[in-house]
Amino acid sequence: MSLQVLVFLISALIVLSGALGVVLAKHPVHSALFLIQTLFGVAVLFLVVEAHFLAAIQVIVYAGAIVILFLFVIMLLGVDRSEDLSIEPIVGQRMIAYVSGAAILGLLLAVIYSVDDLTGGTSLTGAIDRTDADGERVPDVNQLAEVIFTDHVFTFEVTGLLLTVAVVGAVVMARRIGGDLQPIPESALDQGVLADILADGDESAEDGASIEGEDA
Amino acid sequence: MIAQQAYLDDFDWTSWDPVFLAVKVVLVFTVLLVSVMFMVWFERKVVSDMQNRIGPNVAGPWGMLQTLADGIKLFFKEDLTPAGADRFVFKLAPYLSLIPAFLMFSIVPIAGDFSDGNDGSVELFGQTFVWQLVDPPMGILLFLAMSGLGIYGVMLAGWSSGSKYPLLGSVRASAQMVSYEAALGLSLAAVFLSSGSLSPNEIVRAQADGPFGIGGWNVFGLGFVPFVIFLIASTAELNRPPFDLVEAEQELVGGFHTEYSSLRFSLFFLAEFMNVVTMSAIMVTLFFGGPHGPVFTETLGWAWGLLWFVLKVLVFLFTFVWFRATLPRLRYDQLMDLGWKLLIPLALGWFLMLGALRVGQNEGWNPFAVIAIGLVVIAAGGALLAGAIRNARVGRTESDVLEYG
Repeated sequence: MSLQVLVFLISALIVLSGALGVVLAKHPVHSALFLIQTLFGVAVLFLVVEAHFLAAIQVIVYAGAIVILFLFVIMLLGVDRSEDLSIEPIVGQRMIAYVSGAAILGLLLAVIYSVDDLTGGTSLTGAIDRTDADGERVPDVNQLAEVIFTDHVFTFEVTGLLLTVAVVGAVVMARRIGGDLQPIPESALDQGVLADILADGDESAEDGASIEGEDA
Repeated sequence: MIAQQAYLDDFDWTSWDPVFLAVKVVLVFTVLLVSVMFMVWFERKVVSDMQNRIGPNVAGPWGMLQTLADGIKLFFKEDLTPAGADRFVFKLAPYLSLIPAFLMFSIVPIAGDFSDGNDGSVELFGQTFVWQLVDPPMGILLFLAMSGLGIYGVMLAGWSSGSKYPLLGSVRASAQMVSYEAALGLSLAAVFLSSGSLSPNEIVRAQADGPFGIGGWNVFGLGFVPFVIFLIASTAELNRPPFDLVEAEQELVGGFHTEYSSLRFSLFFLAEFMNVVTMSAIMVTLFFGGPHGPVFTETLGWAWGLLWFVLKVLVFLFTFVWFRATLPRLRYDQLMDLGWKLLIPLALGWFLMLGALRVGQNEGWNPFAVIAIGLVVIAAGGALLAGAIRNARVGRTESDVLEYG
């Protein structure tokens, strides 16, 4: 068994157990942690196929920023408590999830089994490394840069613009110019650690007010 | 070359390489631990000097063993878990903090011979030896990835304690670290632009040739600004004063580690100081030529590299302590303003100017004209940004009157 296969098996195990954990964990924060485990396993899989840059970006962007924001939202919204998994918020949701999951699995298996017919070769993606004139391996970051900034430069720039538009749009939607500030809805205050903090803040404010009242 | 195997299938498992690699791992681990021990002592001693106190002076010569004594004491303290804690995450968090701190140091070239275009390898015991644990093709990105993961330790520690102040501390920490990571990454991009590589080894090599032996260092070549941004952003990333709102004692008790005691607390402590050492080493690698420096006598040979590296790292360690002793803590809104409204736009503008200089080199433009136009554009952009911010503030105070009660 070659080293690649060994690393693949270990990281596949990490990815799969993490993915199962994401859907089966009762607690949103635990789900987010399992998600990090999955993303990390995928990063190692990228390393096995020598996509070093992708592996690093996977960890920096997904694990280092996106899941952080997930956790941030989970903590701030105060939904950091266990959910009853037997309740189905949208009727028929679970059934549809099973069906689409099975369909994706079928699709993947079909691709894997028909790979020889499709490419006539051994893999879907082609050779995993390329050598330059001196016989040295070209790092994947150079290959990627070459493709992005030559053939796909327009797509790349347009994607960048799209992201900027999305950010500006989010700011515009979040900002209200004019009009009074809305109080936080009572329902949002009823749960979570943030609610405890806010409740405490109210109490101390009232205490302060009563003391001032006595002074007056 | 030992431990320069960037690719899995280059690694020869039948040779002595794995043994050497294991020895190197243990060596780096030990050196890092010992350096943390002395860093804690160094910080306490320097701060007490600056505050006209004596500082630790009982354990060992000049109190050098004080950290060891404190560590042993922490071992024997009672380990508490709060009743409201999420037990598993509470126990996991210190390790999430510590392990990235360890891994980050593995990419730093500690010593080596980089003079006259050498690739940093030295002859040692009849082997070609590289003073760097790993040199992965993604290089410095590993450092960014690990510093990104380090946030989880702080964040989950605060959340899992099931207590208010730690939660507030960890929310502050994650917002701060995510914000400053952007500025950190942008100033790193300037370094990648000048060296044309992500590998720390090649970044050091690219800085090795220049006038006066030190003229090629990125701190000069990139025009100081990326270095200053990196220094500020890394101080914020480390949660060190003046950016230590995460554990602002007056407001949050101890911040995210309020509920931690005994060994688990010491792990956070260890990770924090290890990050300081690692960040200094990374800064030396990126901007100050790593182990490269002027060679005065040939007798020391490659040891010059080690000497220069240690000296440069010491300068930065001192700088971090100096910051702590001198600067008052920022307010939270000042912290966010500094990060988002000053450092990120400036880093971006400077990066674009360096890019323009690069293009100018190929096209044969006058570099001084490029710099002048670049500075004018940055100034104009800065003025526009300042105008927009002021405009937004005026609009906000007129329309949204905050009502209390």
